[in-house]
Amino acid sequence: MSINGRSMTLSRASFAILAKELRAEFRSFELLISTLVFVLIVVFLFSFAFDPTIGESRRFGPGLLWIAILFAASLMLQPSFSRERTNDTLGALRLAPIDPFAILAGKLLANFCFLLLVELVLLPAFSVLYDVPLAPVAAQVMVVMLLGSLGIATVGTIFSAIASQARMRELLLPLLMLPALAPILIASTEATAGLLSDPPELQLNWIVFLLAFDVIFLTATWLFGGYLLEE
Amino acid sequence: MSTPEVRGIPGLGASVLASALLMGAAGYAALYLAPTERSMGDIQRIFYFHMPSAIIAFIAFFITFIANILYLVNRSPKSDWLGVSSAEVGVAFTTVVLVTGPIWGKPVWGVWWVWDARLTTTFILWVLYICYLLLRGLLDDPERKAIVSAVYGVFAFLDVPLVYMANRWFRTQHPAPVLLGGQNSGLAPQMKWVLLFCFIALTGVMLILLRVRYRLEELRHEVAEMKIIADSGDR
Repeated sequence: MSINGRSMTLSRASFAILAKELRAEFRSFELLISTLVFVLIVVFLFSFAFDPTIGESRRFGPGLLWIAILFAASLMLQPSFSRERTNDTLGALRLAPIDPFAILAGKLLANFCFLLLVELVLLPAFSVLYDVPLAPVAAQVMVVMLLGSLGIATVGTIFSAIASQARMRELLLPLLMLPALAPILIASTEATAGLLSDPPELQLNWIVFLLAFDVIFLTATWLFGGYLLEE
Repeated sequence: MSTPEVRGIPGLGASVLASALLMGAAGYAALYLAPTERSMGDIQRIFYFHMPSAIIAFIAFFITFIANILYLVNRSPKSDWLGVSSAEVGVAFTTVVLVTGPIWGKPVWGVWWVWDARLTTTFILWVLYICYLLLRGLLDDPERKAIVSAVYGVFAFLDVPLVYMANRWFRTQHPAPVLLGGQNSGLAPQMKWVLLFCFIALTGVMLILLRVRYRLEELRHEVAEMKIIADSGDR
């Protein structure tokens, strides 16, 4: 999009893509509703599989929570690129005189928002169903959620762009994503567990770890992600 | 049309022979020349193949990482061939590590597997590069395949130190490294020589596998080009 003969700045282009993604989603809510239903099913299935006592659910709760989020993300991030294939709209986006990184950044931010929206519903439900007291440490939990979800959205968006170009892409994305996100699972689970211990403690080393993960993969996306969108 | 000459790899026969002799000697050295470890007994001899394989696997994945970055910069098919060849060799050596490890671990630790930092990292490394090879199999266009798998390769490699760090903080009961650890760790001098010898022998195997695998990729490329020429000749 050329305005007054100049092409858009990176941030404006990214936000334009973000706005497009949000508008498309908020017209149907398809993705958010299916992901939410999925994540609640996972949470229910856990209780059938383990039938935890209150002590056990506090002990295993953070792990269950993050496994549910990871599984949900591996499904939710799937359409991010593959739904552009239907009408080859990605080709149209590529034609825009913007940095290809802006397309990735816009989608990354949109996926980050979707993930946070899902977590916003999941957390209270989880807290009630498993009697895990998240409310007193809500602010700290949000910090962990923000950092963990940013890491998931970053790696997930790139891997969604990768998987969308291959055959069997629906199966491939979880396969690529889940092992690579093992560090996020460990760090977020440990940080959340720290907040549920008595007294609650925000373990700074895990926060720093999550931050480092996010910075490393955001930088890698910025450096190498654009290659994925080449024709 | 004359049949194109099939070129082999110069000196391959001789290097395979040399490598076979070296491997035989390494096996002999590990089984007979190395002193028996005091507390673990004979089972510790598996170490002479276990640890060099681990180092070689890591070197192979590092070569893949460099080749992936090179490909993104210079777009030479050769970088792509090197990347996939080295990843395959790395997966083979990691498989050796993951098989020999539990065989050694069961009698010594009493369990086949523990979720310690190095074991977990090796396991995830193995899975990540199997995914790399799987991804390549699912991409049809050669150029797409090269670009997309190169980006995945870079992300996978960057993930490895993070997996290691996370596990190291997570599981604090990991044993100290044998070679680079504190004062009480370390090997008897004769053990060191056998280890070095086995490392050299296995490096020879790795280089031969890499060379043959690279040649295979080169030949596949040539076949693809010939097919294109043959197809255009038909019309």
